[in-house]
Amino acid sequence: MQVRQDWKPKIVAFCCNWCSYAGADLAGSSRRSYPADVKIIRVPCSCRVNPLFILRAFQRGADGVIICGCHPGDCHYTSGNYYARRRMTLLFKMLEYLGIEKGRTRVEWVSAAEGAKFSSVMNDFVQTVTALGENVKLEDLRCKEPLN
Amino acid sequence: MQRIGVFVCWCGSNIAGPVDVERVAEAMKSVPGVVHSTTYQYMCSEVGQSRIMEAIKEHQLTGVVVCSCSPRMHENTFRKTAQRAGLNPYMVEIANIREQCSWIHKDKEVGTQKAIVLAKAAVAKVMLNTPLQAGTSPVIKRALVIGGGIAGIQTALDIADAGYEVDIVEKSPTIGGRMAQLDKTFPTLDCSACILTPKMVDAAQNEKIDIISYAQVEKVSGFVGNFTVTIRKKARFVDELKCTGCGACMEKCPSKKGKNEFNMGLNNRTAIYIPFAQAIPNVAVIDPEQCLKLKTGKCGLCERVCSAGAINYKQEDEVFERQYGAIVAATGFKPIDLDAFDEYGYSQSKDVVTSLEFERIMNAAGPTGGQLVRPSDGKHPHEIVFIQCVGSRDTSGCGKPYCSKICCMYTAKHAMLVRDKYPDVNVHVFYIDVRTPGKNFDEFYRRAVEQYGVDYIKGMVGKVFPEGDKLIVQGSDLINGKQLALQADMVVLAAAIEPDPSARKLATMLTASMDTNDFFTEAHPKLRPVESPTAGVFLSGVCQGPKDIPETVAQAGAAASKVIGLLAKDHLVTNPCVAQSNELLCNGCSQCERVCPYGAISYVEKEIRGPGVREVRRVAQVNPAVCQGCGACTVTCPSGAMDLQGFSNLQIMAEVDAICK
Repeated sequence: MQVRQDWKPKIVAFCCNWCSYAGADLAGSSRRSYPADVKIIRVPCSCRVNPLFILRAFQRGADGVIICGCHPGDCHYTSGNYYARRRMTLLFKMLEYLGIEKGRTRVEWVSAAEGAKFSSVMNDFVQTVTALGENVKLEDLRCKEPLN
Repeated sequence: MQRIGVFVCWCGSNIAGPVDVERVAEAMKSVPGVVHSTTYQYMCSEVGQSRIMEAIKEHQLTGVVVCSCSPRMHENTFRKTAQRAGLNPYMVEIANIREQCSWIHKDKEVGTQKAIVLAKAAVAKVMLNTPLQAGTSPVIKRALVIGGGIAGIQTALDIADAGYEVDIVEKSPTIGGRMAQLDKTFPTLDCSACILTPKMVDAAQNEKIDIISYAQVEKVSGFVGNFTVTIRKKARFVDELKCTGCGACMEKCPSKKGKNEFNMGLNNRTAIYIPFAQAIPNVAVIDPEQCLKLKTGKCGLCERVCSAGAINYKQEDEVFERQYGAIVAATGFKPIDLDAFDEYGYSQSKDVVTSLEFERIMNAAGPTGGQLVRPSDGKHPHEIVFIQCVGSRDTSGCGKPYCSKICCMYTAKHAMLVRDKYPDVNVHVFYIDVRTPGKNFDEFYRRAVEQYGVDYIKGMVGKVFPEGDKLIVQGSDLINGKQLALQADMVVLAAAIEPDPSARKLATMLTASMDTNDFFTEAHPKLRPVESPTAGVFLSGVCQGPKDIPETVAQAGAAASKVIGLLAKDHLVTNPCVAQSNELLCNGCSQCERVCPYGAISYVEKEIRGPGVREVRRVAQVNPAVCQGCGACTVTCPSGAMDLQGFSNLQIMAEVDAICK
């Protein structure tokens, strides 16, 4: 298999609008850097993240997926993050069974005031995923850009 | 076919510095569906917005992507822009290329590439947007203020002044809060009670204000304009309407060993008590933990002496529901526990006191009648050492990382008051920095040093321990480079302040966010300082961050004006990004109803007609006025019938695809 020299992981971060997305904004406005490999998708609540989205991301060639929500007890919608936590616990177990390493999936609680935490979580996640290398399991090669 | 316009903002040099905006705009031109792509220095400016409007008309755009700052900042601005040009406001998407890109990536190539990906994801999403219509919901014209300190009182007074009804829920038997405990206030040295109690009386006499004391909020449901709050009013065992506050019961009560909370536990009170002379309501309350009649059934003295017949040992908690349009959190603060700071000897000597205890000692209505005496032996002290920053600005993990803000000023006040009243007492203050930004604050501090001769020592204290009837204070004098061991008669600790412990539970009920120190988070740190990110919830006083009385009063007024602005509206525009059930797919399984935190989903028997389907069956229906758009139901739905408008499955997957390309 051909490995690209300049390989960079593709990381999808689902952030809830009320806590984590605001935390990412704070990370930005306080200039707390994290790798550009992380791309954020805004969702109203972590409970909006359908397991299908995560499967889709891996199918399309993502190397890691992280879901960020409000801290337990702080959900803007009262209980959404609890749903997310349960769903993801099950999903990640299944993904591990399918060969997607544990380190490629993560749930983190980041509040709107935790810009520094957002950045350190992302730095750490990118490092973990980079160490695991390119994700090949589940990836649909038809979706992949041809190598030069 | 959608016709998308992309507008890349420079944000001055904020974006255009680290991101090649022209390249981003150029790259977007080749994306299928994009018919127009351009840049401008400030898209949010009037000129920038009119450019977007012109482009919408000129290119007959059906969707707009603005590559700019966070949607939390300007999404509404650009939605309005689109609306003014005749486009549905929900046909706008924002690619956040400032907070998520230009501000965190220094490398221009990296930043530009990421900006292009984010813009493509936004285009992919907006291609699937559908025009949405916002609905309306009515506003209940009554406000709830939680906390009856100066913050809550001022907020309630200002709301009532505008003609709206407002309830104050206070957890203790009287309103007044921390300010009622203070002796004098800086920098004017007015008597605290003299300026607070008239406000308390105003609140009590205002017919628009209902003070619900000795009560707490148990449950909050609903949303902005339409909250339902469950309040538990604890049993006082005294009929509020009958009690005249004469105090005869307190004189006769034989159970005298209760800790006097108002005097910070420096002296005792009876089991039936009125917290302080100017309490509002001026009604006695029985402490059930201490009352002999309630504990053993034997006594009943207070009932016999009460000429008003107000005592009722059988009184029970009262739980009731009320409706509000807006809620203000004004839960205040408490000094931290000093268990983690035992080097200052707080647990070892009665003569080591906190500043709030000192405040009570200096107060004419306090346990010593305002005489400065040592709590241990009642002797007059000659040397007093004040220690500042006890638990404040402490990154070791024991204390609080923040500055408590008020300690420098109240310590200067205490020092000045002592020297003024007792010129024979020497006063030393250990400080790390003296922070006195505020009107007439630095002048006040300088008066303490220059006019009253208070000895300020820059340095920290390592240890305080009793020796004989004295206290030894070991510290360093950083300016003279010396180690000091002072003999003191009393030590006063400026303990850090922290949010009242009740705030955490309340925040969960309100779904209002808090920071790591349990202060409420504001919707925007600069531009929306008195609003919580949760619509309809407002913040007043120290529950949002440390502040002194003038700042608290200013913030209380600001919170009130925001509440008034909300209550003045008859209807609110609701968020149209709500769940919608596809009846063709729904099989009426009830899964969505079970996860919905708002009870927005109901079921109807309905004739379903579609390709190959014609039957009457049970299907889910979402009430868009109640749905808040969290999306919990969309994931739970096993048949994929439930979807969230504005964040649909297809839209999010399109974003995923664009990012992973």
